[in-house]
Amino acid sequence: MHDDPAALGLRESATFDRATIAAIQRAAETGVYDIRGWGAKRRVPHFDDLLFLGASMSRYPLEGYRERCDTDVVLGDRHATRPLRLATPVTIAGMSFGALSAQAKEALGRGASEAGTSTTTGDGGMTPEERGHSKTLVYQYLPSRYGMNPDDLRRADAIEVVLGQGAKPGGGGMLLGQKITDRVAAMRTLPPGIDQRSACRHPDWTGPDDLEIKIRELREITDWEKPIYVKVGATRTYYDVKLAAKAGADVIVVDGMQGGTAATQEVFIEHVGIPTLAALPQAVRALQEEGLHRRVQLVVSGGVRNGADLAKCMALGADAVAIGTAALIALGDNHPKWDAEYRKLGSAAGYFDDYQDGRDPAGISTQDEELAARLDPVEGGRRVANLIRVMTMEAQTIARACGKAHLRNLEPEDLVALTVESAAMARVPLAGTDWIPGTGR
Amino acid sequence: MAPVTEIDLRSASVRELNGALHRAEPGTSWRVLHPGGAHNLAVGLDAAVDVVIDGHAGYYCAGMNQHATVTVHGNVGVGVAENMMSGTVRVRGSASQSAGATAHGGLLVIDGDASARCGISMKGVDIVVGGDVGHMSAFMGQAGRLVVCGDAGDALGDSLYEARIYVQGRVRSLGADCVEKEMGPEHLAELAMLLKAAGRDDDPAGFRRYGSARRLYHFTTGNSY
Ligand SMILES: Cc1cc2nc3c(=O)[nH]c(=O)nc-3n(C[C@H](O)[C@H](O)[C@H](O)COP(=O)(O)O)c2cc1C
Repeated sequence: MHDDPAALGLRESATFDRATIAAIQRAAETGVYDIRGWGAKRRVPHFDDLLFLGASMSRYPLEGYRERCDTDVVLGDRHATRPLRLATPVTIAGMSFGALSAQAKEALGRGASEAGTSTTTGDGGMTPEERGHSKTLVYQYLPSRYGMNPDDLRRADAIEVVLGQGAKPGGGGMLLGQKITDRVAAMRTLPPGIDQRSACRHPDWTGPDDLEIKIRELREITDWEKPIYVKVGATRTYYDVKLAAKAGADVIVVDGMQGGTAATQEVFIEHVGIPTLAALPQAVRALQEEGLHRRVQLVVSGGVRNGADLAKCMALGADAVAIGTAALIALGDNHPKWDAEYRKLGSAAGYFDDYQDGRDPAGISTQDEELAARLDPVEGGRRVANLIRVMTMEAQTIARACGKAHLRNLEPEDLVALTVESAAMARVPLAGTDWIPGTGR
Repeated sequence: MAPVTEIDLRSASVRELNGALHRAEPGTSWRVLHPGGAHNLAVGLDAAVDVVIDGHAGYYCAGMNQHATVTVHGNVGVGVAENMMSGTVRVRGSASQSAGATAHGGLLVIDGDASARCGISMKGVDIVVGGDVGHMSAFMGQAGRLVVCGDAGDALGDSLYEARIYVQGRVRSLGADCVEKEMGPEHLAELAMLLKAAGRDDDPAGFRRYGSARRLYHFTTGNSY
C-alpha cells in the first residue's frame, strides 16, 4: 500500500490546498486571525526570474581573481555632513530589540561591523549592547517612537524615518505579551505582558509637506550631521519615492512585499504590497525623473538572499540592499539542528515562522533568557559577517563577468527576464527577445 | 541676572539660532525676536537655558527639549515640544495639533487651546492646557498626565495605556477603552500639584478623571478593534 494519497488517484484542490484548509480550520476553531513572523510565502515574480548576460564577443569581462571590482558605497551625502561610508552594499535591516533577543541584536551589530557595513535599530529603541557592538548604526524613527530620545539620536550614525514595511504597508507593529518582559516594557514605556499594538501613522505629521518639516527638525536637532533615510513599504512606490526625495531624504529604503516581519497578520503579509521586483524599477524611475538617481541613494529590501539578488538589485539601479530574514537564517534561524524542537512547537526546520510567539528554539526571536542564551553573539556575528562577505563576492563574480569594475556599474542592460511578468516589472527584455512588455517596444 | 542674548530671525537663520542654542552654557538666557512662525525653533536643546520666543512659532517648536525652559509669547504650530524629555515649555497663546506628542517628560503648559491629538502617544510628560483640546487627545497615551481646564473633543483617550487625564469642562466623547475613573485624594493632590506648576488657580474638585479600562491590553476573540 502507498502512503501517498495522490498515488491512489486522489486529487488535491489547487484552490483549497492543504495550507488553506488548515487556515480555515484554525479560524473556525479559535475565532482569531493568524499572526506570524517571516514574510510572504506565496510565489511572486522575483529576482530568480532574471538572468545576467555575461560578456563575450561584444562585451569585455574582467579577470575573476586579478582585476579589481570595487564594492564600497557612500550613503547620505546629499545633505549630511557625515555620510556613511560602507565597504559593501549589503546592510542589515531594522529589527527591534523586543522582537529579537539582545544577543541576536548584538550578533547583528558584530557581523555588520566585521563586514564593514551598517546595522539598524527597530521599533523598540536603541540598546547599549547594540550601540556598543555596531560601528555604524542607523536609528529608526517610527510612528510608535518607543524609546525615542535625543541622546540616542545624537549617538546614531544615521536616522531612518519609517513610514512602512513591505510585509505590512499601512500597518503598525505588534509585539505579543509573552515577549514584553520588564526590560522591553521599560524601554517602550508599556505595562509588562500586554499585547502591544504600535501606531501605523506618525503622531505629529501627515503627508509629504509635513515630512519635509519633520526631516528638517531631525537635521536641526543633530546639527545636519547625520544622513536621514525614509523607509517605505512597496505599494505606490513611484509616487512615494518622488515625495520622499522632495521632502529632503538623503536615502530612501524601499521594502518589497516579501520583506520579513516579527509579527503581522497573515492576511496582511500575503495580500498587501507589491513585489520587490516590481517596486525597484519604479523607485529608480522616480529618482531619475527628479534628477536625483545616485544623489539620493536607494536601498532595497524584501527577499534579498544572496549575491545574485544583490547584483540584480544593483543592476536595476539600487545603491545598496538590506537583509533581514537572510541575516536571521545566518544566525541559525530554521537550522536543521533545531528540527525536533520546532516540531514540538508544531513547526519544522525550514517552515518556522512563529517569531511572534517568543519560543524560538534558536534563541533569536525570543526574550526568554534560557533560549536567548543559546545564541553566542560572537559566533553569530561571525556567521553574519560570512554571509555578507559571500554575498558581496558572489555579486563581484557576476559583475566581473559582465565587465564591471564596480558593483554599481551593473546596469539593466546586463539583464534579461525569464517570464513575461518579470520582464514587464523589471523593464528588461524577455530572454531571447528584445521585447519589454508595456513599453511599446 | 545674566544678560539676555537676542537673536533676531529677520537676519539670523533657524540654523544659526539652533546652533547657538546647542552650544549655549547652562544658565544663559536667550530671546528670539521676529520668529514669524518659523518651524523648528529651539529644537534639540540639551542644557538648562532660558529661551523666550517673542511671537508665533511654526511646527515642532522646542521639539525633543531636554532641561531648557522655552516660553512662546504667541501661538505654535503642529507638535510643540514633541518628544520632550525634560524641562518646561510654555505657550502663552494656542497650539495646533499633536502638542506634546510622544513626550517622555517635562512640563508643557498651553495657556490657550490645543487642537486635535494633544498628548498623542504621550510617554511620561505632564501637559496642562488652559483652554480646550481637540479630538483624539491623549490617543494611545502611555504615561504622564494631561490636564484640560476647558472642554475635550471627541474620542478622548482612545486606545489609552497608562496616561491619566483630568478634564474640568465637558468631554464630547470618550475613545475606545477610555473610561471615567473615581477621583481619590491622591488624584486631587496630583492635580493640585500640576495646576500649581502651571501657575493656575482652578479648583481640583471641579475636574473629572479618565483612564484606560485596560480591555484592549490582550488580543481576544471579543476584541473587535
Ligand atoms: C524579526 C524582524 C523584525 C523586524 N522589525 C522591524 C522594525 O522594527 N522596523 C522596521 O522598519 N522593519 C522591521 N522589519 C523588517 C526589516 O527591516 C526588513 O524590511 C525586512 O526584513 C527585509 O526583508 P527580508 O526579511 O526579506 O530581508 C523586521 C523584520 C524581521 C524579520
